[in-house]
Amino acid sequence: MGEPITIFKRPASLRDAFTHYCPGCTHGVIHRLIAETLDELGLRERTIGIAPVGCSVLAYNYFYCDFQEAAHGRAPALATGIKRVLPDRIVFTYQGDGDLASIGTAEIVHAANRGEKFTTIFVNNAIYGMTGGQMAPTTMPNQVTTTCPRGRDVNLAGWPLPVADLLAQLRTPSYVERVAVHTPRHIIQAKRAIRQAFQYQAERRCYSFVEVLSTCPTNWGKTPAEACQWLDEVMVPYFKLGLKKSPDRPPVE
Amino acid sequence: MAKKLMKGNEAIGEAAIVAGAQAYFCYPITPQTEVAEYLAKRMPEVGGVFVQAESELAASQMIFGAAAAGARVFTTSSSPGISLMSEAMSYIAAAELPAVFINIIRCGPGLGGILPSQGDYLQATKGGGHGDYRFLVLAPSTIQETVDLTIEAFRLADKYRNPVMLIGDGLIGQMMEPVDFEGRTAPPRLDTSGWATTGCAGREPHIVKTLFLDPNVLEQRNRKMRDKYEQMKREEVRFETYLCDDAPELLVAAYGTTARVVRTAVDRLREEGVKVGMFRPISVFPFPDEPLRQQALVPSVKAVLVVEMSMGQMLEDVERALQGRRPLHFFGRGGGNVPAPEELVRECRRLLGNGQGGR
Repeated sequence: MGEPITIFKRPASLRDAFTHYCPGCTHGVIHRLIAETLDELGLRERTIGIAPVGCSVLAYNYFYCDFQEAAHGRAPALATGIKRVLPDRIVFTYQGDGDLASIGTAEIVHAANRGEKFTTIFVNNAIYGMTGGQMAPTTMPNQVTTTCPRGRDVNLAGWPLPVADLLAQLRTPSYVERVAVHTPRHIIQAKRAIRQAFQYQAERRCYSFVEVLSTCPTNWGKTPAEACQWLDEVMVPYFKLGLKKSPDRPPVE
Repeated sequence: MAKKLMKGNEAIGEAAIVAGAQAYFCYPITPQTEVAEYLAKRMPEVGGVFVQAESELAASQMIFGAAAAGARVFTTSSSPGISLMSEAMSYIAAAELPAVFINIIRCGPGLGGILPSQGDYLQATKGGGHGDYRFLVLAPSTIQETVDLTIEAFRLADKYRNPVMLIGDGLIGQMMEPVDFEGRTAPPRLDTSGWATTGCAGREPHIVKTLFLDPNVLEQRNRKMRDKYEQMKREEVRFETYLCDDAPELLVAAYGTTARVVRTAVDRLREEGVKVGMFRPISVFPFPDEPLRQQALVPSVKAVLVVEMSMGQMLEDVERALQGRRPLHFFGRGGGNVPAPEELVRECRRLLGNGQGGR
C-alpha cells in the first residue's frame, strides 16, 4: 500500500467557507475555476479581485486573496485605478449581467477599449439574481421575470445584449471568449478559457474577458437539472460559445 | 525659487505634484479642464499616472481603486461633474480612503453656465452623495492659498483617512496670480500597509468594502466616522479676520473669491470712516462656528452681512453659528455674476444707515 494520493482538494485560493449561493447556482463552479487558475499560475499572492454588486458581492468571503468591493457596475473603473498604480499585480473583476451589461456598460466598454491589462469574468445568467429575478439586458426573448411578467418583449426591451460579441468588435487587442458551465465538458472548456485570460494578463499582453453562461434555478423557477437544460436549449443558441477575439489573431481589416 | 505667474488650474496641478500625488483620474469640464491638460503633460514627467476616464462616474471610481491600492490620488472637476462623482465620494468616505477632490464651481443648477459661482457650498459641506458621511472642505481665496491648501488637503486626507474637498469658484481656476512653491514639500505619507489591497504575500488578505449587513457593525462604523468629524471640528477649523479688532459696527462674512471683493469694499468703507470688518471661513466643513460667533457678539457689532455668489448657502451655517443673537442680512449674486465692490459698499451703508435688523 502506498501513501494515499490527494487527487481533488479545495484550491488554496479559496477560503474554507460555505457559500450563500442557492442550490444549483453555478457561481461556486466559476469561483473554483478562477481559484484553480490562480493556484496553477502561482498568482494568488499578487492578485486583487473586485467584487460587483449582485449575488457575488460577497465573493471576498470565498476567495483567499485581496479584494475590493465596487459600486454597482463600476468594477472596471476600480480595476483600472488599481492596475495603473500597481501594474505588476494581477487584477480581475467578477461581474454579473445586471452589473456589467446594464449599469456598468460604459465602464466595461471603455476599460476594454483602453486595453487595460486586467481580466473580467462576466457571469451571465440572464436575470437579476440578488434583487429577486428582474429582467436583465441579457434576459432571453419571452423569458418571464418579475419585471417582464408576460415575457421579454423584444419590441419594447430589445434583444439580449451579447457583450462578448460587442467587445470583440473593438480594434484594441484583447482576448474575448464565451463559455458555459452547465456540463462537465463545458466546465473543462471554461477552465481553459479562464486560465488563458489570466495567462494573457500575467504576460501583460492585453485586456482579457471571459463571459460565462451560468444558471439561476431559483429565479428561473427550475430545478438545477432543468436549469442546465434550459441554458443549453435557450441560451447557447443565442449566446454562441467560443473564442471571439484573440491577441494572437490579427484584426480583420 | 522666484514667484511664478500661474493660472489657478495649472497651479493646482503643480501643487498636487509637489504634494506627492501618484495618480490623477479626470474627465474634461469647463472651467477646470486646464488641470487635466497640465497634468497630462506633467504626470508622466514625474512617473505619475494620468488617465482621462470615460466619465466622472468612472474617474472617481478609479480614484477608489487606486486609493484602496495605497496610492496618493486626486481628481478635479466642476459642478455637474462633481454631481456624477458623488456616487464614488460616498463609497470612498465609507471605505475610509484618503483622496482629494477639487471642485472649481460653475454656476448652476443643471448645466447652468461656465462662469464662477459658490452654488455648490451645501453639496460640498452637507453631503452630496448618499449616506452618513462628511468631507473635510477647504475654500481658498487666492491662487497662493489654493496651492498651499491643495498640499494641505493631501495631508488632511491621510490624517483622517477621509476624502478632502477643495472648493474654488471659477475665478480661482481661471485667474493668474504669482505663486511661490518655495519650501513646499509633500506631506509624509500615511502607512497604508495595514489595509491597502496590494496582493496578500506574507499576510492575510485585505478587503476594502462598504457593505455591512449587520446593523450593529455598520452603526459602529457610523459612530467611528462621526468621531472623526468631531475631531475635525476640534482640530481643523480655519478662518481669517480682517479689521475686526477695533469695534466694527458691521461684520461681513464671505469666503473664496467673494471675500476678496468684500475686502476691497471694507477698505473703501474704512476710508469713509465706516467701521466694517470681515470674517472669512477657510474651512467650511468644519465651519468656524465659535470664532464667528465671538466676532459677531462683540458689543459694537450691530449686524452681520453674508455675501455669496449664490442665493444663500453658507448663510445657513452663519445663521446656525449666530443662534439668532445678531440681526443677519444677505447679499447674493447668481448666474455667474461676481459682486462688485460698489454694490457691497452701498449695501453696507444701507444696512448701517437704517440700523434695523432681520433679513
